[in-house]
Amino acid sequence: MRVVVDLNRCQAYAQCCYAAPEHFVLQGDEILVYDPAPPAAARAALDRAVQACPVRAIRVEHDEDRAGAGP
Amino acid sequence: MRDGTIVVAGASLAGLRGAEALRDRGFSGRLILVGDEPYRPYDRPPLSKHVLTGEVAPGATTLPGVGRLEAEWRLGTAAAGLDRAGRALRLADGTTLPFDRLLIATGARARPWPKADEARLAGVHTLRGRDDAAALAADLSARPGRVLILGAGFIGCEVASSLRAVGLPVTVADPGPAPLARALGTVVGGFVAGRMAAAGVDYRPGTRVTHLEGAGGRVRRARLEAGGTIQADLVVVALGALRNTGWLAGAGLDADEGGLSCDGACRVLDAAGRPDDAIFAAGDVARWPHPLYGGRPVALEHWGNAVAQAAHAARAMLDGPEAAGAYAELPAFWSSQFGLNIKSLGLIEGADAVAVAQGSPRTGRFLAVYGRAGRTVAAVSINAGRWLPAYEAPIRDGAAFPPITGAADQPRLRSLPPGLPGPRGASGARP
Repeated sequence: MRVVVDLNRCQAYAQCCYAAPEHFVLQGDEILVYDPAPPAAARAALDRAVQACPVRAIRVEHDEDRAGAGP
Repeated sequence: MRDGTIVVAGASLAGLRGAEALRDRGFSGRLILVGDEPYRPYDRPPLSKHVLTGEVAPGATTLPGVGRLEAEWRLGTAAAGLDRAGRALRLADGTTLPFDRLLIATGARARPWPKADEARLAGVHTLRGRDDAAALAADLSARPGRVLILGAGFIGCEVASSLRAVGLPVTVADPGPAPLARALGTVVGGFVAGRMAAAGVDYRPGTRVTHLEGAGGRVRRARLEAGGTIQADLVVVALGALRNTGWLAGAGLDADEGGLSCDGACRVLDAAGRPDDAIFAAGDVARWPHPLYGGRPVALEHWGNAVAQAAHAARAMLDGPEAAGAYAELPAFWSSQFGLNIKSLGLIEGADAVAVAQGSPRTGRFLAVYGRAGRTVAAVSINAGRWLPAYEAPIRDGAAFPPITGAADQPRLRSLPPGLPGPRGASGARP
């Protein structure tokens, strides 16, 4: 999977950190650090994180979404 | 226009999001993305941060796409020339791609160390792309005795922060007066300098390096203009960026290392200032008159600008410049370093005053507002990101500066000169 967070938009509400603690973490009060390439098995957790984000800053692409889309 | 052929030159954030916006708006024709690197579009911000600390692999930041792009990819082949009259893009491998519309999103590159023989010494790095980050990370894994960073802009400061986080000794030689001074001024930059020092960085303001010297083909020390040397086994040259416009030479466009000029609809301008209806630009490479700042030409190396401007260009390509209107996205960026989350709205360049409007540098959490001729032009939050959106409207409206007075935590606002150095060259920031 591929993940990117719009960090202009992110306001460190940390909901992703609760929804997918293995893949999102806050450093200090508001620096969000995330795994840009989580394994496919984390799909449910990542989907929860996307839905939980109150400012809609997380974008995820699942591997199968890219099938046949090129290199 | 909904069919025909659209070529996107540049396969990074702006190129990808522009291509996606074209499909999203119903473009059903042939879509070709050209990239000089052999990689799918990837995210750059982590390259100076968690890639260098080893928390993220250099190749792990491929950007997620949106929907089915149905595009043809020409990766590993740079755009090499533009035939405007013939409506064709020439690639480095000799291929020619005819187009009905072209989106130029070729971005920028790191300004190299100006002395080419010194720049070739092993251990001398610049940081812009994924390969740069991988090469730097590999050199760092040998645990150099000291790393010297030239320049204290965002890349220089973020690299310094990352290297201190993994315990490497770091010296920053800054030609300017304070970290981030060119971007944020010395008032905010001075606060960052304190954090740098607390993190153990040997920070040296007003320090110009004239030569990099090596032994056995590997860099060993930097010679300073003021005399003396700094010993270093690894040097990161972080002296800003140059826009990738060299390949447009001879195309008759208004382009230089500061950007490719375009209008508010993202149409590129020829040398006489006339827009070309078929050729557009977006992202780091694009320089356009910003309506919020009196039509001053600006070129922004901002993540958010790459996304928004590419979407604007896509709209103008398909529906025409009138439908798209003038691109007026509020500049915004973030940086994280030394435990600080720095976020900015508006354009600080040209500001003549700054005031800490909320919070305090003493507590490590504050918001600084910037003014120009009595109007609010920008705001920066330090570990106070949630305070920033309230300033969007005052900046857009050019509200009186400072926009908020008498706040409970700031009964008497003190307005200071922001301490922005003069244009590059005037202050001698270039070695």
